[in-house]
Amino acid sequence: MLIFVADADVSWEFSDLIEAIYSAPTYHLVFEGCLILFIVGLLFQHSFLPSKRRGGSGDRLSKAEEDQLIAEWQPEPLVSGDPADEALLASYQRCATSQVGRSVTYSDGRTLVNFATGNFLDFIGEARIRDRALASLRHYGVGSCGPRGFYGTMDVHLHLEEQLAKFYGCEEAVLYSYGFSTIASAIPSYAKRHDIIFADERCCFAIQQGLEASRSKIIRFRHNDTAHLEELLQRQAEHDRRNPKKARVTRKFIVVEGLYVNCGDICPLGELVKLKYKYKVRLFVEESASLGTLGATGRGICEEAGVSVQDVDLIAAGIENALATQGGFVVGTKYVVDHQRLSGLGYCFSASLPPMLAAAASEALTMVDEMRGERTARLKSVSDRLHQRLLAELDNLWSVEGAPMSPIKHLRLHRCTGENSLPALEAACAAAADAGLLLTVARYVAQDLGQPAQPSIRLSVNCNHSDSEIGSLLDFLKSYATGLAKK
Amino acid sequence: MADNDHSEEPTPYIEAIVTYISYVLLAVFGHIRDFLRNKGFEANMIATEPDRTKSFVPLYQNFESFFTRNLYRRIRDCWNRPITTCPGAEFEVMDRDSPDYGWTFRYPGSTTRAVNFGSYNYLGFAESSGYCADAAVAATEMYGCGVGSSRTEVGSLNIHTQLERAMAEYLGTEDAIVFPMGFATNALNMAALVGKGCCILSDELNHSSLVLGSRLTGATIKIFKHNNPADLEAKLREAIVYGQARTRRPFTKILIVVEGVYSMEGSIVRLPEIIALKKRYQAYLYLDEAHSIGALGTSGRGVVDYYGCDPRDVDVLMGTFTKSFGGAGGYIAGSSRLVRHVRQSSHSAIYGASMPAPVAAQILTALNILLGRAGPPDEGKRRLRQLSVNAQYMRARLHQLGLIVYGDRDSPVVPFMIFMPGKVAAFARLSLAHGLGIVVVGYPATPIIEARARICLSAAHSLDMIDRSVQVIDKLSRLLRIRYSRRQPPDWTRDRTRAWAEAQLAEFSRPLAPTHVASSANGVALIGA
Repeated sequence: MLIFVADADVSWEFSDLIEAIYSAPTYHLVFEGCLILFIVGLLFQHSFLPSKRRGGSGDRLSKAEEDQLIAEWQPEPLVSGDPADEALLASYQRCATSQVGRSVTYSDGRTLVNFATGNFLDFIGEARIRDRALASLRHYGVGSCGPRGFYGTMDVHLHLEEQLAKFYGCEEAVLYSYGFSTIASAIPSYAKRHDIIFADERCCFAIQQGLEASRSKIIRFRHNDTAHLEELLQRQAEHDRRNPKKARVTRKFIVVEGLYVNCGDICPLGELVKLKYKYKVRLFVEESASLGTLGATGRGICEEAGVSVQDVDLIAAGIENALATQGGFVVGTKYVVDHQRLSGLGYCFSASLPPMLAAAASEALTMVDEMRGERTARLKSVSDRLHQRLLAELDNLWSVEGAPMSPIKHLRLHRCTGENSLPALEAACAAAADAGLLLTVARYVAQDLGQPAQPSIRLSVNCNHSDSEIGSLLDFLKSYATGLAKK
Repeated sequence: MADNDHSEEPTPYIEAIVTYISYVLLAVFGHIRDFLRNKGFEANMIATEPDRTKSFVPLYQNFESFFTRNLYRRIRDCWNRPITTCPGAEFEVMDRDSPDYGWTFRYPGSTTRAVNFGSYNYLGFAESSGYCADAAVAATEMYGCGVGSSRTEVGSLNIHTQLERAMAEYLGTEDAIVFPMGFATNALNMAALVGKGCCILSDELNHSSLVLGSRLTGATIKIFKHNNPADLEAKLREAIVYGQARTRRPFTKILIVVEGVYSMEGSIVRLPEIIALKKRYQAYLYLDEAHSIGALGTSGRGVVDYYGCDPRDVDVLMGTFTKSFGGAGGYIAGSSRLVRHVRQSSHSAIYGASMPAPVAAQILTALNILLGRAGPPDEGKRRLRQLSVNAQYMRARLHQLGLIVYGDRDSPVVPFMIFMPGKVAAFARLSLAHGLGIVVVGYPATPIIEARARICLSAAHSLDMIDRSVQVIDKLSRLLRIRYSRRQPPDWTRDRTRAWAEAQLAEFSRPLAPTHVASSANGVALIGA
């Protein structure tokens, strides 16, 4: 297809060419001459390609020299011979032979009261959820056999997403197939290399992985210290005033958890929202532990703090705790959340949640909705009662960390009792099993920056724990610590 | 030793040029439409920033979403198609239409029945009835759907240990550990093996979970050309001889990361050559068998079995359960030292909830069927043979049609090239209308001019389904003029006829219908509680 119409009648003779050169202005000729010399010079300059400049002097090593270096090279073993952490490895062998509900049975026949798992609303073992999951299994099979983009989307997924969005009163929800990957994929899909993220210093490891994957600048503020956060935001705002051009393209985020798994505290969401609008920073809240456990009807930290859910840019949560199945979701406005469908790595490149688990989650969510916060209120009161009794009866034996109404509490040996080391706590858990109680130490990887300075036992309360079960827990803790203190 | 013919015809020049022109045209139109939308001449259907946060720094660069708004959105009905049944050999795709060219969808409520060439169901274990489903039912009744705790706290179930033992036995390694999400298995566990000061040599076309996992380790990453042992050797030598770029110190470890079968190319990794290189240069090998475990090899033990290599030569065997076992999750297998280290330092084992029991039961039963310990006699062998025959037969027929087909002869993933964006959309829509559920892939999952359609074969497909589907593809390929191949079909395609296929399957004369076992007592026996 001809774009330029050439005038075919004019023929450009060689003589015309020579004449054109003579009649051109001098500056034109000089300029053209310089350009030609420059191009010729460029062609003959030596290359700046990194691959050609290695070796310092520019000479590559000979093959014999290379072979010798290769023969001399001694790599480390793939896995270093780190000592076996027997207590940790033992947890793989301690296998339940029943469902891990409010009580758990083990292969040695013992049944223990469970104070160790995130089954806050006691949905494990709930017949309704199980029946719905089985019906789904008989229809869809187990696996979804593909990512969401390639026929891995089933109507149950769409239904669950709609249900989640409606539950929170948001526009859109995106479903993930693993709780850990949810926030770890959500953060890097918005925050990129030159952005700034203000994160609470006790954030869980999943958030830290998301922060690392985003390659943004991370600024940690002291746990739940809004004054410190404001100071850091102020400093950043001054920095932005000095570089307005850069500030215009630098996105800023605050990442917090609704209920901190590492501490059992609740975040001061109201103040954070004020800071959000004052300093124009987007707010991401991770709600794995607060879904179903906070708020009058179990709708999480926004309901608890009296903040409109529209004021939070993104809520991410794993459903492995309160909703008693596998997976996670991200909920918010369409503008924010829809972006994940093409750039959330754990969404696009992973197989979707098995449909039977999505159906189970959907049924659990319906139950939470129907109950209008009945179990949530019960959970808060049981947690509070436990907290008060711990403070009253065990004040010199164990120290408790966590908000009174939080279902997650961290217990540590008081210094009067003995040294609060990980082996000591693991021994306590083993003794608890003998007393009919299931307790666990909180486990962290070495690189977890949010882990506490002191190890702890993480207590998880179930809304249906009876007074006698709590009583036996307290009795054990008292007698064990007293026994230790005597030594 | 298998004689795998590798087919990768380069993109013909004319098609490449026309594809570039198509994208340029689309971009021009995209800019015009953006202009019209910005000035208000056209209704703006894009989700915009809510008023409360309008004064904030914009969340997305305008350019980032240009592609999504103006190219992807127009043909987005080709992806994310919802289905309403089990993803077996055939499925029902929900009908949807868009009154506004892709901004929103309406669901009239009807469905289209189609042959399923899109789901990863290599051995046909995606069944809603049969041995595996019964075991999953029994497990759900016994353990419920979730656990709420990690493996290193109190989340271990009996069935996890059984599954790990069975997997180690199946692969021929000393030990194995399982995780509930395949993507997370790569992304969260590589950091336990290598760190700063190490070097990762990663294949060009590795999956994004491997890329993310490699990045999170903090090691230096070098990319080598796809499936090219010569380039890998050059990069290995360079890494050992010249060490780390700025400090000049030698690397502490070198890890080669490859996949068994590459899902976008259909190519099988050249494992024997890579193992030879790894031994010569003292590097370590991480093999991601997501698409090859269960799908390759005479006994389905993956690419190691396919080539007859020793599993101990591969340092880290990783794979997923989503594809061949009809479940979900992944595993890492290797020496007991390696697995013990992973157990102690895996992010997933320490923080993530453990695998739900029904999923573990499904996988364990599928494994037992493959090992010949459950199900009808020879069921495992039959499924493996059916998959192999289906893959070769389909591939041969497509080669004979004159399409450019990528990949190795034995690979169950069969991609063929379409190149032009318009044809990609047309093929996706027409094939569904004709009862074929085929996946089309374009940028950014593939290079921009190499858009393709991809067929995933399954042991659940019958030869009749394949014949019918090839007829449809024949018709469509003629209509859309995608028969770009300038070469003769490879020699091996000549003998892969219907007669050959039937002869291969003759010893398993039963049809592949799942044997329904009504009692859940059987299921409990299978999971051995």
